[in-house]
Amino acid sequence: MVLVFAEHQKGKFKKTALEAVTFGYKTAQMLGIECAALVLGATDYATDLGQYGAAKVWQVSHPALDNFDSQVYAAVIADAARQLGASVVVLSATANGKSLLGRLAVRLDAASVAGVNALPRVDGGAFRIQRPVFSGKAIAEYELRSEVKVISLTGNAIAPEVNGQSAPVQPLEVAVPTPRVRVKAVKRIEGIVPLPEAELVVSAGRGMKGPENWGIVEELAEALGATTACSRPVADAHWRPHHEHVGQTGIAIRPNLYIAIGISGAIQHLAGVNNSKVIVVINKDPEAPFFKVADYGVVGDAFDVVPRLTEAVRNFKASH
Amino acid sequence: MKLLVCISKVPDTNAKIAFTNNQTEYDTAGVQYIMNPYDEWYALVRALELKEALGGSVTLVHVGTADSETIIRKGLAIGADDAVRIDADPKSALFVAQQIAELARNEHYDIIFLGKETIDYNGAEIGAMVAEYLDLPYISYANHLEVNGTVASVTREIEGGAEEVEVNLPFVVSAAKGMAEQRIPNMRGIMMAKTKPLKVLPPVPIEDKAVVVMYQTPPAKSSVKLVAPENMDELVRLLHEEAKVI
Ligand SMILES: Cc1cc2nc3c(=O)[nH]c(=O)nc-3n(C[C@H](O)[C@H](O)[C@H](O)COP(=O)(O)OP(=O)(O)OC[C@H]3O[C@@H](n4cnc5c(N)ncnc54)[C@H](O)[C@@H]3O)c2cc1C
Ligand SMILES: Nc1ncnc2c1ncn2[C@@H]1O[C@H](COP(=O)(O)O)[C@@H](O)[C@H]1O
Repeated sequence: MVLVFAEHQKGKFKKTALEAVTFGYKTAQMLGIECAALVLGATDYATDLGQYGAAKVWQVSHPALDNFDSQVYAAVIADAARQLGASVVVLSATANGKSLLGRLAVRLDAASVAGVNALPRVDGGAFRIQRPVFSGKAIAEYELRSEVKVISLTGNAIAPEVNGQSAPVQPLEVAVPTPRVRVKAVKRIEGIVPLPEAELVVSAGRGMKGPENWGIVEELAEALGATTACSRPVADAHWRPHHEHVGQTGIAIRPNLYIAIGISGAIQHLAGVNNSKVIVVINKDPEAPFFKVADYGVVGDAFDVVPRLTEAVRNFKASH
Repeated sequence: MKLLVCISKVPDTNAKIAFTNNQTEYDTAGVQYIMNPYDEWYALVRALELKEALGGSVTLVHVGTADSETIIRKGLAIGADDAVRIDADPKSALFVAQQIAELARNEHYDIIFLGKETIDYNGAEIGAMVAEYLDLPYISYANHLEVNGTVASVTREIEGGAEEVEVNLPFVVSAAKGMAEQRIPNMRGIMMAKTKPLKVLPPVPIEDKAVVVMYQTPPAKSSVKLVAPENMDELVRLLHEEAKVI
């Protein structure tokens, strides 16, 4: 069976979890086996995972699972995988998923691949799967040579698809160890889609001259329903908060649309954004390196172009 | 405080990415290597700060061949006390993790630091593996770490925010931006590094389970389509009808 660990946040499943179930379903089909989902802690929506292809949903309930401790979660997921006879375990490559993958590989004596972005290829018993490496500049194909395989799926790599109906939710008895990590506070910025999950991103750099000029960037983001990001010097100068910094030393993202305003396109910046599906570059310098990797480009002054683009987006939204 | 910092070697960001041997191996010809920035700027520097404040020692561990010596010496020049090199090609995450765990099992470090990921393979796997082999707690992507007696307060990055946790020593942590500020080695550090102890140990043999069978370079992007600054309606139309992203 393919077992998908479906992460939820206070009971609600994030898009990454639905992507993982869809991925698990398709992988299971390829292997001619069943896909099941595993849910830890309290949620009312577990049955919905059936719609994305889980034939069954297993739920482990225990108060210790309300907070994340990778040691506890890994012990429970590994136990569940063994009990249920899983041959492939699928995680999301989220902050929690990243803390779990390596632990599960060790516990299940499994080959692991982090951050895959495409379905596996199964030919004649060989199980092969791809992932981007060198910050998206190459793709590596791995062969997994172990009975159990553990994979984490990058966000936005495949779209969630409705493949079935609500699934029965069954409790699973698994010993839950005592957490050794004590969670004191969880702080999330409310109301915006976090960068790693964002499908649309509007990003700006030093070309904006100063923090006081970010209004036009925010307006464009708002018109699109996009999340804002920035280049590193902008975060370093405290023009924008650190969590907006994308690139090699910041966050790596892969949105459907990345709009770069007044960013030169240094290699370290591109390392974090070149997996975006579509890149739009707005820069007054036609020689800016960013244009080399852009799909669409506007050579012009941001202070001029961005308000115009916002206006065009608003008109478009009003008529669609 | 007995601290261990795991350092890795990665191609400089400007290095060309090409493959040889029928697309099965990374072409290292002419590639310049650097210490992985997360290891150097954040993990190592925070470990040094803790040692300076609380006493103890900072040991470096690196799994790699003899040509890694320059990056190990750089870590010593920045301020680590000594280093261990496990003499082997770091062929997989599991392999590297087992080597580090093997060393740490006998040495009882209070905190084992790693970088949040290597900038070449971007795996972010090894920390969790080391923690599992040693049966220790693991906090990934930490951007703040304080130690008070035998308890550490750590903040880690999560999607759209941060989580604050407490954990007793010993534990494993991976460092993200914010945990410390980069330090540049000075002349005295560089001189001292030359005589600091660097122990070379043989690897424990293990079998590889995940093997790269082929590399590909993604197809080159077709050239950029330019849209006149006066014509933003056209850009929106292209994004909707052609690119289908809005
Ligand atoms: C080890 C290392 C790691 C790094 N990691 C990162 C990272 O993670 N992320 C990152 O972003 N950087 C990173 N950097 C820094 C990177 O090399 C660049 O310095 C940085 O990305 C440049 O930021 P920028 O494009 O905003 O600024 P600049 O390079 O100054 O570019 C500003 C751009 O704005 C344009 N411009 C100016 N005025 C206007 C206007 N009115 N309208 C339109 N366009 C205008 C200019 O033509 C120019 O192209 C790293 C560097 C190193 C050495
Ligand atoms: N060859 C190595 N030797 C020692 N530590 C390593 C090695 N490779 C990776 N690491 C450590 O593991 C971290 C995460 O690496 P990875 O899981 O490969 O992304 C790095 O930031 C280093 O701290």
